[in-house]
Amino acid sequence: MVTAVFDRARRVPGSRERAGDLLFRLTISGVAGIILLAAGALAWQLARESASTWKSFGLAFLWTSTWDPVSDVFGVLPFLYGTAVSSLLALLIAVPLGVGAAIFLTELAPKRLADILMFAIELLAAVPSVILGLMGIFILVPGMRALGAPYGVGMLTAGLILAFMVLPYITTITREVLLTVPRPLKEAMYALGGTRWEVVRGVSLPYARSGIVGAVFLSLGRALGETMAVTMVIGNTPKISASLLAPGYSMAAVIANELAEAASDAHLSALVAIGLTLMVVTIVVNGAARLMLYRLGSRK
Amino acid sequence: MAATEIDMRPMSLPAESSATPKAMPIAMSVRDLRASYGAASVLKDVNLEVRERTVTAIIGPSGCGKSTLIRCLNRMHEAIPGATCDGDILLGDRNALALDPVLLRREVGMVFQRPNPFPTMTIAQNVAAGLVLNGVCDHAVLAETVEKSLRRAALWDEVKDKLDAPGVGLSGGQQQRLCIARALAVEPRVLLLDEPCSALDPIATGRIEELLLQIKDQLTVVIVTHNMQQAARVSEYTVFMLMGEMVEYGLTRQMFTKPTDKRTEDYITGRFG
Repeated sequence: MVTAVFDRARRVPGSRERAGDLLFRLTISGVAGIILLAAGALAWQLARESASTWKSFGLAFLWTSTWDPVSDVFGVLPFLYGTAVSSLLALLIAVPLGVGAAIFLTELAPKRLADILMFAIELLAAVPSVILGLMGIFILVPGMRALGAPYGVGMLTAGLILAFMVLPYITTITREVLLTVPRPLKEAMYALGGTRWEVVRGVSLPYARSGIVGAVFLSLGRALGETMAVTMVIGNTPKISASLLAPGYSMAAVIANELAEAASDAHLSALVAIGLTLMVVTIVVNGAARLMLYRLGSRK
Repeated sequence: MAATEIDMRPMSLPAESSATPKAMPIAMSVRDLRASYGAASVLKDVNLEVRERTVTAIIGPSGCGKSTLIRCLNRMHEAIPGATCDGDILLGDRNALALDPVLLRREVGMVFQRPNPFPTMTIAQNVAAGLVLNGVCDHAVLAETVEKSLRRAALWDEVKDKLDAPGVGLSGGQQQRLCIARALAVEPRVLLLDEPCSALDPIATGRIEELLLQIKDQLTVVIVTHNMQQAARVSEYTVFMLMGEMVEYGLTRQMFTKPTDKRTEDYITGRFG
């Protein structure tokens, strides 16, 4: 009886509302669909424009290290290497620094100092990358040279600039997750006779690990795609060298540098092929990050 | 697990605490202790002596400063920004306020209101956490202490087959006994419990009370509780606090039958609070 009444109460105004509901649902689905459509169109366009490269070199494009626009021989390997190495260097430098800074900000710094520092760090995130590139050219490159690097520009210099760029992300996100560590858990470790460091290592960092991993992957995604600052300091030489002080090249940098001057169709197509490779790499990295976060999350 | 008898008699005193306890030596003493959070004063000149191998209960209405008092005893109070305390706290004959708080807390353990096992650790790792802090890494020693501590906390039989399961997978009452085992593992001289049963059901509460009566042969227990029956059931001595002041301190039996202060009488007979 009662349910029947409720059913009717729901149905009576329902017939009119259902039309509105339908309209709403279609509109929202349409808006969401545009995002998917745009992403799909982007991939399709990149694939189409680079088709001639894939046709002439096949997948060997991915492990060929010659880049010769004059005789139309192309391979992406030096750029893939440059992108990967400069990004990993950046993480190697920025992760310990950023996590350390976040621990200082949450556990040690007096509140006022922490607020001022956080403001400065967030400001750093807002600096346009071309400005960081300029800083690299005027300060970092002469500095590296003074320290004995043969050219000043090179893989390590690019890694340093990228580290500088992702540092605010790692610090801010790590600090946010460290702030969510429940106070009773930290107190439990203190009450067992834990020092501040033991509480951070034994309670806070394990609790925050999935957030920190997320921050690292977000930063990696950012570093992989960074164009301007890297172009300005990496040296723009399509060569794979064992030395981190030697100049290199990255995928984003070569597209930015050569696209406007690509003389032949083959050259243009090869550049787009690099773009497609970069996109796939970033998607794979992000997917791996999601998967990892999901695994860490479900284990808890 | 054998069926446990839970003493739910209101206000009556079980055999354990009805005999007048022998006067034990003093484990901790507090003199003229004042404590505050910023400008708000929460403890006013508290004086207290905690006797070895007894259970001392601290009772009083919410906000009377009983948690603050217990948190001063292992200097967790100072861990809160803006919190200060002064006066004297002696552990044996040493001035606790002059000791390194890290070392003091290894001798004065604490169990909190809500069970707080470390979520990233297994049951065994939780119990061993304090030992690992002390640099113990011999597996045989760790395993032995884990078993001993879990037995003392009356949890061993329930978890012995799943020591590698996460500590947070246990029920609330089991988690709280896990926290007690964790505190006992470092062999503290004094164990502080800050309303350890307030988040638990009566059966889990009964188990914890039983275990307190067992472990008090080996160490000194100070328990803060909202629940006067609980104080009557487990403690030899009771402290009654009101608005940051220690109103009365004495044998539990006496306090619940012939309180000397009118305010104590009003509180334990339920006229306020």
